[in-house]
This record gives sequence, structure tokens and C-alpha cells, in this order.
Amino acid sequence: MPRQGHRPVAVVSFAQADNVRRELRRNEVETLMPVFAEVFSNIGITKDDVGFICSGSTDYLAGGPFSFVSALDAIGVWPPRTESHVEMDGAWALYEAWVRLQEGDIDAALVYGFGKSSMSDLSKVLALQLDPYVLAPLWPDPVSVAALQARSLLDAGKATERDFAEVAARSRKAALSNPKAQVAYDRNVAELMGEDYVVSPLRTHTLPPITDGAAAIVLAAGDKAFEWAERPAWITGIDHRVETHSLGARDLTASASTTKAAEVAGVNDGTVEVAELHAPFAPQELIVAAALGLGDDVLVNPSGGALAANPIMSAGLIRIGEAASRIMDGSAGRVVAHATSGPALQQNLVAVLEGV
Amino acid sequence: MADSADDVLTSAHVLEYPYSRSVGPVIGAFLTGLRDGKIIGATGSGGVVIVPPTEYDPYTAEPTGEMVEVGPEGTVESWAWVGTPAPQHPLETPFAWVLVRLDGAGTSMLHVLDAPSPDAVSTKMRVRADFVAEGERIGRIQDIRAFVPAGSA
Repeated sequence: MPRQGHRPVAVVSFAQADNVRRELRRNEVETLMPVFAEVFSNIGITKDDVGFICSGSTDYLAGGPFSFVSALDAIGVWPPRTESHVEMDGAWALYEAWVRLQEGDIDAALVYGFGKSSMSDLSKVLALQLDPYVLAPLWPDPVSVAALQARSLLDAGKATERDFAEVAARSRKAALSNPKAQVAYDRNVAELMGEDYVVSPLRTHTLPPITDGAAAIVLAAGDKAFEWAERPAWITGIDHRVETHSLGARDLTASASTTKAAEVAGVNDGTVEVAELHAPFAPQELIVAAALGLGDDVLVNPSGGALAANPIMSAGLIRIGEAASRIMDGSAGRVVAHATSGPALQQNLVAVLEGV
Repeated sequence: MADSADDVLTSAHVLEYPYSRSVGPVIGAFLTGLRDGKIIGATGSGGVVIVPPTEYDPYTAEPTGEMVEVGPEGTVESWAWVGTPAPQHPLETPFAWVLVRLDGAGTSMLHVLDAPSPDAVSTKMRVRADFVAEGERIGRIQDIRAFVPAGSA
């Protein structure tokens, strides 16, 4: 159950859109509408049953300030509802909603994340999240930044290129049983190692797909969670930490912020059965798993993780949803979810979820 | 759904964020240094020189102190080879992104390395900053055209 002093809050419903390379016909509102319908109907509630709404998205994709406000049309917020937004992955919107529920005056919240990567060039858009004076003018794209991190890992002797391929092979194979996966295959490591470099030392298989998508979660507190779900996934620990924006001032082979968040969330206060890690690039999974202190017996990314589908601004929230689903479906008793934001794992959120 | 749906209406939307920024005393000193052909760092907690400089130490959050010149040579701490540069990249020919620890600095700086092939690049190799010509430098990170292998012409 929740750590001392925290009001018990649980994930009680999760839904996600189909993850696709290019969603041509539906805009963000039209993408979100069926996701909301599903996340509410899973537990037989309506929008009127949640007291708070929080979303995560980025205006840089749509190319208009406050474009996230229009996404509320997918809910139809009348009468007016308290609502908030983070220019971050929906996992951080979930964190805000969790904090809001600690206030005690409302019992449920809707959290969602969405983004259409296909409307712009992510290699440019994501370069703009870097320092605007000394980094962004050089346009280091996300693949290049991840490649610098991967090289550091190789140089430090912490991993090999074969290790990267093994992460990719295992993730894409697991994704074969995930109906929402965008990239799933059963290919052996030797075959993957034969691929060309995109930006060395990263070959094609180490990269996440570019994805249009959306996801939503309903959080409920206390008795309300048991009223709506047979097996709520109780959030027994949650924390997030950030490191410096200066890439050259960080140890790129480790994730100090993940380790700190894991400590505060209490990851190793019990056995971890399943971990859903938001590691868009294959080498990053090795860094995050080590930072969390996960043992070899932990089932990592049974969904295929972000290598199977990486919808910008919801891939982290989906990790929480997938991990919570393992509790809600009764297949696990204690799981960990991780979300990342920023270049080269700059900021990390860790949540522990448990059944009762 | 197919990508090539002829019935979907699309059009280009060019987005710009034309903000003017004041760079302040620390980044301002760094950019002014570049204009003058010098690389300037800031002394952080415990005497670690941070390059590019920040107003606050990235580890302790204490204000940084004395500005000192570093480089222009340094050591490659990590690199990534770009075989197919994008139009927005600083170099038109294949190049390496490098994290360079400049001599005298305690942190690394991201820039590009102008090298003929990935075989010519390695971690711990020595490189130096190649500035654009005096008079053409205006106080921006691109005043360093690229890093080049140390000892090269």
C-alpha cells in the first residue's frame, strides 16, 4: 500500500490509440475521442466522474501556441472542469494529477498524452529542446545525441553493440504479442548486427519508430478505486528528477536522476516482477535498468517498449499504463514503470505499482 | 491507412519562433570570447571549469565564478559519425559529432569534428578548434567552424 502520508491513488483504466507512422485522416481531437471513450467505458464511467483533467503534449508539433487547449474538445468540458497541462510526456501529467489527488477534495482524475510526430521533422523539433545558445544552433538531432551516449557506453566497457542488438531483438519479439505495436518482428541478433549504421554506433534496429499516437489513464483514490476496478494498480511510490541540460557535464553512461527517483519511489523495497522502461534507443534500456538496480529475473518491457512504438508525449504514459495493466489483469503483483524526457535520458520519472 | 492517400488535403506550415534573447553576463562572455577567437569557461564549485559556461554550477547549483580561457586544443570524450548530414547540420560533408574536453576544462563541449572518415576518429584523440576568419565572427557557437585533428593544417 502507499507509503506513509500519501493518500492511496491507483490506476484503474488505461487505453491507447493505434500507434502509426502517419495518421493522415484524424487530427488530435479525433485521435483522442475513441481513446477517451475506451478509457471511460472500461470501468463504466463518464467524463462527469472525474474532478481533474491533466494532459501532456508539445505545441512544437502542431506549430501553434496553446494548441493543447483544443484537445479538450475531445472530452467536451461542460460544465467547466479544473484542467491543467504540461509541455511534457503524459507521465508527468499523471504525476501532477497524483499530486492533485493528494489534496483529498476530489477522488478521480483523467490523464492523457498525445502527439502527431508526422506533422513535422522530429530531428529538427527535438533539437529545439536543447540549450538555445550553444547546442540548438548546431542542430544535433536526437539520433546523434543518442549515438554519443551509446559511444560513451561502449568506451566505458559497460556494453557492446551486440548488447544493443539483443535489446532490440527481444523488444521487437515481445511486441509481436502487443496488438498496439507499430514495429514487431522475430529476427536474430546476427541479422540485426548486419544492418548499416544510421549514425554510428547506432544501427537501424537500435532506433525507435516515429509514431503518431495518444493514450489515457484514469486515476482513482481510496474507495473509488475499488468501486471502479477489481484489481486497482496502486501507485505506492512515484518520483521524478532532472539532470543538467549540459550534455558534456553529465556521465552519459549512467542515469543519476533515475537512480534518485527509484530510491524515493522505493523500487527496491520489494520484489520487482515486471518493468516497463521508456528507453527510446536500445542502449538506453541498459542504462535505465542498471540505474533502477533491476535484477536479471525482472521481465523488462513485455509490451516491446518504446522500440515497438514511440508516440511522442505519450510513450512514457503508456509505460505506466502497460505496467498497471499487468497488475489489473492479475499477472503481476508488483511492477515498475519509467518515463524519460529530454536528450539522452536527461529527466526521468519512476513509479512503483502494486496490487493488493 | 495508406500514406499516399490522394484524398487527404495537406499543406506546408512554416513555423518560426523569432524570439530575441539577452544572453547575460556568462553566456555573453562566452559568445564574445568566440568572436575574439577564444574559448572561455566559468569556474564552478571546487575549481572545476565549466565549458560552455553556465551561470550556476550544474552539480551544486552554486553561482559560478572567475571566467578563464581554455583550449583551443582538447580531447575527444565521445563521438558519433554522421555519414549523411542533414541540410541544417553545420557541415555539408560527412562529419562526427564530438564531445570535446578542452584543455583546462572539467566538462565537455558538443561540436562537430571535420574528419575525412570514421576511421580517422577515436575517443581520446586530440583536436583543436578551427575558428572562422576574424571579421566574419559575430559571437555565436558557429564562430567555431569545426574541430579538426590537432596538428593538421
